[in-house]
Amino acid sequence: MSETAPATDPADAAERHPLRAVILAGGLTFEREVSLVSGTQVVEELTRAGLDAELRDADAELLPGLAAAPADAVFIALHGSTGEDGALRAVLDLAGVPYVGSPAAACRLAWDKPAAKSVVRAAGLTTPDWVALPHSTFRELGAGAVLDLMVARLGLPLVVKPASGGSALGVQKVSRVEDLPAAMVSCFAYGDTVLVERFVEGVELALAVIDLGDGPEALPAVEIEPESGVFDYTSRYTPGLTEYHAPARLPDDVAARAAELAVRVHEALGLADLSRTDAIVTPDGEVHFLEVNVSPGLTETSMFPMAVEAAGHELGEVLTQLLTNTAAR
Amino acid sequence: MKSSEIRALFSVVSRPEVVSLAGGMPAVTALPLDAVGSMIGELVSGMGAQTLQYGSGQGDPRLRERICDVMALEGITDASPSEVVVTVGSQQALDLVTRVFIDPGDVILAEGPSYVGALGVFQAAQARVRHVAMDEHGLIPEALEEALADCRANGDRVKFLYTVPNFHNPAGVTLSEPRREAVMALAEQHDLLVIEDNPYGLLGFEGEPLRALRARNNQRVIYLGSFSKTFSPGLRVGWVLAPLAVREKLVLATEAQVLCPPSLTQYAVARYLDTQPWREQIKTFTELYRERRDATLESLAALMPAGTAWTRPEGGFYVWLKLPAGLDAKQMQPRAVNAHVAYVPGIGFFADGNGQEYMRLSYCYPEPDQIREGVRRLARVVEAELDLHSTFDRVDTGSFRAVRGIPGHEAPSTDSGTIVGPANSDTYEDR
Repeated sequence: MSETAPATDPADAAERHPLRAVILAGGLTFEREVSLVSGTQVVEELTRAGLDAELRDADAELLPGLAAAPADAVFIALHGSTGEDGALRAVLDLAGVPYVGSPAAACRLAWDKPAAKSVVRAAGLTTPDWVALPHSTFRELGAGAVLDLMVARLGLPLVVKPASGGSALGVQKVSRVEDLPAAMVSCFAYGDTVLVERFVEGVELALAVIDLGDGPEALPAVEIEPESGVFDYTSRYTPGLTEYHAPARLPDDVAARAAELAVRVHEALGLADLSRTDAIVTPDGEVHFLEVNVSPGLTETSMFPMAVEAAGHELGEVLTQLLTNTAAR
Repeated sequence: MKSSEIRALFSVVSRPEVVSLAGGMPAVTALPLDAVGSMIGELVSGMGAQTLQYGSGQGDPRLRERICDVMALEGITDASPSEVVVTVGSQQALDLVTRVFIDPGDVILAEGPSYVGALGVFQAAQARVRHVAMDEHGLIPEALEEALADCRANGDRVKFLYTVPNFHNPAGVTLSEPRREAVMALAEQHDLLVIEDNPYGLLGFEGEPLRALRARNNQRVIYLGSFSKTFSPGLRVGWVLAPLAVREKLVLATEAQVLCPPSLTQYAVARYLDTQPWREQIKTFTELYRERRDATLESLAALMPAGTAWTRPEGGFYVWLKLPAGLDAKQMQPRAVNAHVAYVPGIGFFADGNGQEYMRLSYCYPEPDQIREGVRRLARVVEAELDLHSTFDRVDTGSFRAVRGIPGHEAPSTDSGTIVGPANSDTYEDR
């Protein structure tokens, strides 16, 4: 992994001119709490690395604040729609504020999970069969008929999840047809469109990709082993409820395929700087794309920092390099 | 949805865009803050030797006298300061009483729904809570009698009845006068101890406060009081009034926990009661809460879809709302957060998993205009949820067989690997 080592020594850079970084965290989404934890972690890492790092919420104070005290670069640690649907990035583009990460249009695509799956499949990669439908379709065509078709075509179990959003909020595995209507009701509380996927049995992987200036590179895969068997919100953010293996316990050829998939997803969707692809590897070694996150979690129990560490990097160094590159663009 | 997810959803409540009908925060800015500020300043500059020092475990004697004056307003005229133990909010009083009386496995009778902070204390003590039904007149005596009979038949050891008789949290209802008599008669008949938790009693909008249960029986009732709603929750001053034999145990327990309640805040409350027009201040609070209650009830009546029902509180902070049949307040929570309105799902107020169709709305903190906007948003959330349920309720899955009958369109098994194109052409380009 030596070729991904930061090109600029952040300590030297900080001595010359402490880079002023604004870290955005909070937002008005279900993932506010996680985002605030991520953002605080980033500020601590950057401060330790010698940067002038400030935490800000994405609220009405943000734009006046950035105008009054411009940042050399912004790091978006916002999760959920505020940080990931591209809208905030489009506004930062309008304001001429450089930010780490993917451009607005790419975020919009990645945020829409069914759209991202389409692009990924069109790129020749594997992703579980799916259907994405708004509530109105069930209402107009009759929920029973549509649900039966889903089961007939996709089989059981099914994974039901909101078509956008992260942290596994609203995600359910449904094994019995009679549980589907309730799962739909519960999922539609999060958004207007549900994504229903064929369930793929296998090991869950988090595949981090970073681009420190020499092109996107996959970091070692992180293998997720939730104690409960389901990697839900509680398993994600409660220390001790999930065991992680970084690097994942995979044969070399499977690990290479997973890494290739993550980089190809990153490229196919036009992502930049960093991303985290969530995938499943089946017992026969096939790697399935599930979804991609343009603003990966950076909390203590998050997979992106684990991957960075498994690659032999310091998170603070990587973040500093990303901010330095962004400021120089 | 697990509790950690609920916490996550609640993290947005602090943002000003969200109308929170969730928290139970008193409107402390209605206090004469300058007067309170100089009063507390003088307590430090003039009496620092006492106010910044340790004090008695049972609490400051002067404050305990004044507490007896406060309790007299609700008919408790025979209380002696020696029977009062000052606590760190009435929450600590509840914890002390529970520690003194409860062994793991004991049964506590409590209204259904019940104050969530009490359920937490009872759970920590490994007590089993049996809920007793209530209606618009409060706890139903017949239901209490039935619960007592059931427990006796099961051989369960009932240690006490926990009740919030006035402007109940979360139900908003008040135990009626005849029922107060009936409940105390049952307590006598069944040798039942009653824990009367009364933080809201002086916050009535209409008429005089009803006589406390403790005013009717001084041996069988342990009374918990608080200055959190009549003065300030940040000072953390509450109390417990108990017969002397119990008081001894409570003092030992509180000394083990906190040595003594904070001196400065005890002096602050005593000085406030001595020098400030505190009864007029309670009137100011109740006028403000009444206006907010009215805004809540008027908006609910104007906007909520048919099938929604709610209580009409005559004091206190809370409306208890029942959703149309089939709706689940916890499941609906993400939709509400998206719509920028927050409430507390009812399930948290039951120890037995009931209450899905209920929610608690607090009107104590937001201004009337915010309340109206919050209820407007909530009504839209409920309507959208009803629409969703009309699509998915009573769905007879498995009845639609046509697809299986189409030749060449056999259903693939889950491991067949058959690629099936998504039905939504907007999100899939078939190449």
